[in-house]
Amino acid sequence: MTTSDVVITETRTMPYGFTCGVVGAAGAFFGLFVGTAQGSGLAGIVIGALICAGLAYAAMAYMGTAQERTFKWGVLALFALAGLLIGWLPGLVVGTLFGWFLGWFIYWIGRCRYRAKLPPYLTGGQVLWHYAFRMICGAIFVFLITPILVVMPLSFNAENFFTFTPEMLAFDPAGYSLKHYRDFFQSSEWQQALKNSLIIAPIATLLAVTFGTLAAIGLSQPHVPGRQVIMAILISPMIVPLIISAAGMYFFYSRVGLQGTYLGVILAHAALGIPFVIITVTATLVGFDRSLTRAAANMGANPVTTFFRVQMPLILPGVISGGLFAFITSFDEVVIVLFVGSANQQTLPWQMFTGLREQISPTILAVATILVGISIALLSTVEVLRRRNERMRGMSPG
Amino acid sequence: MKMTKTLLATTALTVAGGAVAAQDMVDSMTLVSWGGAYQASQVSAYTDPYVEMHPEVSITWDESSPEAVAKLRAMAEANNITWDLVDVTAADAMRLCDEGLAMEVDHDEILAPAPDGTEASDDFGDMIVSDCFIPQIAYSITNAYRTDVEEWNGETPSDICALFDTEKFPGTRTLERRPINNMEWALICDGVPFEEVYDTLETEEGQDQALAKLDTIRDQTIWWTSAAESIQALADGEAVIGSSYNGRFFSAIAEQDQPLEMLWDAQVYDIDGWVIPEGLPEDRLNRVLDFLYFATDTQRLADQAKYISYGPARQSSAPLVSTHAELGIEMAPHMPTNPENSANSFVQNYEWWADYRDDIDAKFQSWLAQ
Repeated sequence: MTTSDVVITETRTMPYGFTCGVVGAAGAFFGLFVGTAQGSGLAGIVIGALICAGLAYAAMAYMGTAQERTFKWGVLALFALAGLLIGWLPGLVVGTLFGWFLGWFIYWIGRCRYRAKLPPYLTGGQVLWHYAFRMICGAIFVFLITPILVVMPLSFNAENFFTFTPEMLAFDPAGYSLKHYRDFFQSSEWQQALKNSLIIAPIATLLAVTFGTLAAIGLSQPHVPGRQVIMAILISPMIVPLIISAAGMYFFYSRVGLQGTYLGVILAHAALGIPFVIITVTATLVGFDRSLTRAAANMGANPVTTFFRVQMPLILPGVISGGLFAFITSFDEVVIVLFVGSANQQTLPWQMFTGLREQISPTILAVATILVGISIALLSTVEVLRRRNERMRGMSPG
Repeated sequence: MKMTKTLLATTALTVAGGAVAAQDMVDSMTLVSWGGAYQASQVSAYTDPYVEMHPEVSITWDESSPEAVAKLRAMAEANNITWDLVDVTAADAMRLCDEGLAMEVDHDEILAPAPDGTEASDDFGDMIVSDCFIPQIAYSITNAYRTDVEEWNGETPSDICALFDTEKFPGTRTLERRPINNMEWALICDGVPFEEVYDTLETEEGQDQALAKLDTIRDQTIWWTSAAESIQALADGEAVIGSSYNGRFFSAIAEQDQPLEMLWDAQVYDIDGWVIPEGLPEDRLNRVLDFLYFATDTQRLADQAKYISYGPARQSSAPLVSTHAELGIEMAPHMPTNPENSANSFVQNYEWWADYRDDIDAKFQSWLAQ
């Protein structure tokens, strides 16, 4: 049987009518897609429903759980072959996946395995809602993530347009190429933009983290006068529409000679990042026990030592996540840099913005894919660090 | 005073035949252009050879021409001109000149004469649409269609009205999201002769007539804002016929092997060229003028046509246009000015649009939003 750990509700064979009905409906749903692709949606629905219901009946009535494995492999092979005949390589992949799913689905429904991990007293409606809820969550997830996933295969396009060419859909190696990645790494414009982003974002982050943390600690002291007002002013870059900050900075920077300099862009991005750091650090400071600093002072540590050895390690998660937001803000920002920077400070988002407007080239997709990869790596690192931190703290309380 | 000095200096420069004179010149320049294949052609034809002659000069490109007018306004207001030379369309040049944001120039004074001695202003002729404008290329907004549309049963569009003929040529169209050119094409296909188009458009009924014609294809049209979008839609097969710049089409057809064919009928000419921002300090202006003298001479303009199918603005450059730098194909047949292509071209009335643009823009956008 299944390898699942705990079975709360005993499984049993469901009435054939129920199994065939549900599996047939699923078959009709998939048949609609295959049928539409082949020319007739209606025929697809009917044939899909008949095939799937028939297979479900065969599995439940003749194969049973004893020959489950044989049946599943048989269905998989059958659909893989059918897919291969209809749609060659892509068909094979889709067919295999569907065959695997159908084999599993028939036994899942037919043997009532969907109740295995749920308490026995649930009504049919509650079970249905349990899975419907998961389906909805999954659908939302797919909705959010699909645009990013579509970008990735397109970035390996051998053509200069955002097009899934017939070669690509047939998994023909000739339809794929790394030329857009080559273009990114060899074009001096893109490399200059990458370099600028890698100069501007880390320095802006460092400034934002330093000032933001200091401000948060200062503002968390109860005796600071006008705390709310100062806080509101410091947070304002996050609330004021970017274009207004950008236009204001442009005229101010022009007058003081900062417009079109690296320093100007870095300062502007640091100002944008500070609110994120203040908010996250203030949140962690709420849970910080002030008696610890008094204890440290009591033992002869000066405020600076106290900060670095007592306070800082405890609020570090807030500082790091604030810094991460500040970094991403600077790394993704295009409006401010368009105003405050000049062509010499062209950052990656700027280059992507003009590239998208003037020449829709998949190089942008290659860059996007690389950036998504970096973001995933960055967030995973932070998560791993956070868990390690929690584990270590758990081991040595206090 | 400053102006006379500059002019005197440039006259000296002209006499010296473009040689570097011993005067104050900065070694860096920020040029503003449109990016893409067009900017690449400027790099190959103008700046690469210039930097080879003057290795001390560093050139920065800013792909900001689409918002050049707004940015130049902001720069003038902030008194912080960071651009040295800006590539704009003729209409933008006129606006910038009217607002005093671009410098008025004496074309014969600052530009090289043709090899046969013809003065620059005669060589450029009526391409000089404004005192601030130094023309580079003539391009056209025209149409192209896909050659693999099954529903057309082997028919191919032969004139502009195929855009509106959804029975013979069904499929999605792609047109620019602004009234210029679209209104004219709509009227032409509604039976208005070329020479009466602007008279008709001046009246309320004429505008409604054009919009009514556009109504017939509105729901089947992808409205583009950047020329790259329309090429993308056509290459992807989302659209089967539509408008863009002829150089973009050339690049898609000749360089990228896309199944597209040009539809030159009723193409609309436009001109693109340089303007110098008003108020440059003298040392920067000197460098710009030195560069301009070189970059707009007869040979340089002809060279640009090796990389992109836009016609050089000088008459004296036309005979020098040769083959594509990489593909080796003759460029002349791909130029909008080629007699075969320009047989039925439509001349856009800049002044008319300058007067009516705001009204018709508003009307067009609200029509689109309906």
